[in-house]
Amino acid sequence: MPSSSKLSLKQAATFDEWKQHFAVALRKSPEDISIFRGEISVQIELEQLLSVLTRLKDETGGGFTQLSDITAVDYPTRTPRFDLIYQLLSVTLNQRIRLIVPIAENAVAPSVTSLFGCANWAEREIWDMFGIFFNDHGDLRRLLTDYGFEGHPLRKDFPLTGTVEVRYDDSERRVVYEPVQLTQEYRDFDYESPWEGAQTSMRQIDPTMITDVNSDDQLTDEGKND
Amino acid sequence: MDDLSLSPHKPIPPGKDQDAILNAVADEITNRGFVVAQADKLFNWARSGSLWPMTFGLACCAVEMIHSAASRYDTDRYGMLFRPSPRQSDVMIVAGTLTNKMAPALRKVYDQMAEPRWVLSMGSCANGGGYYHYSYAVVRGCDRIVPVDVYVPGCPPTAEALIYGLLQLQKKIRRTATIAR
Repeated sequence: MPSSSKLSLKQAATFDEWKQHFAVALRKSPEDISIFRGEISVQIELEQLLSVLTRLKDETGGGFTQLSDITAVDYPTRTPRFDLIYQLLSVTLNQRIRLIVPIAENAVAPSVTSLFGCANWAEREIWDMFGIFFNDHGDLRRLLTDYGFEGHPLRKDFPLTGTVEVRYDDSERRVVYEPVQLTQEYRDFDYESPWEGAQTSMRQIDPTMITDVNSDDQLTDEGKND
Repeated sequence: MDDLSLSPHKPIPPGKDQDAILNAVADEITNRGFVVAQADKLFNWARSGSLWPMTFGLACCAVEMIHSAASRYDTDRYGMLFRPSPRQSDVMIVAGTLTNKMAPALRKVYDQMAEPRWVLSMGSCANGGGYYHYSYAVVRGCDRIVPVDVYVPGCPPTAEALIYGLLQLQKKIRRTATIAR
């Protein structure tokens, strides 16, 4: 027997109506729900995560029974530092919804494996790549990186080339780990970029070649030359 | 037979020269009952004629490796049959990105191969890390882990390029002296 809430969700035609329905279903104000290019995202607090997911998965919340993906984003200068992002799909409504959960670096997220089995590996991957810890996961090992790997590679402060490299040692007869030693440092050739591109290279050679005169540091460069 | 300047790389076309060689061999057999040949050349002929590659596909290069074995290019023409076991293989084709996590496994498989064995590094990633040279997770060239005989460039190399590399390996095997003097 379908509930009245589900019926009304099915009847929603415009995005404003979607907004209203989700605001009621998730007990949030419509301002917390943003719609961009037909994609609905809701910003929620970490404490609300399990209750909101339970409500969304339930028929009255729209039957978002499929958890497509969990990802995270690192904003190194922001507090809280990370965003956890949950992507959900409702087959009955033909609608997707995105939950954005800000989380601090030392905070512990609740595992949603009890609600969605597929969250198991997704949470392991986030633990591996970002170092966000999940409570009550049961098997929170690293998923992708090497055995005994140290650090979390998708954090913005992780060095691109990492800290160790491998080599087969003939005398020890095994693969050994050594501190990384690059014969040539990484070089960036992004000539399209306004920060690192051709303009910047030209500034080092001849400041008068710069076309953009609005920037302050360029003007001071010219002043020095005079 | 030494005066007949026999080269295994250049087959002699039918005609007077070929007849002379065949007659000389026939005379040897009728007069003495055996033929003397170089053991090195015999071994190298056998080894280069049945190079069985170990299937070690790691990334997109593996697809080109499969193409080279499939009906269009068909490495079976050269006696190259892909084997799923290192114990039965002569050559390992490292086809794709070798990660730090895979490196000990690759070495273990190489160690399980019986001598004589060869390694062909296929594609930019296996040759020197390629696109992932500065990655925290990728080995900067599979020659850091196993000794490589032939490097095939490309990203990925075409099936033709891989076969050319295998033919180069055959040439290399024919040049080796098996019996130490």
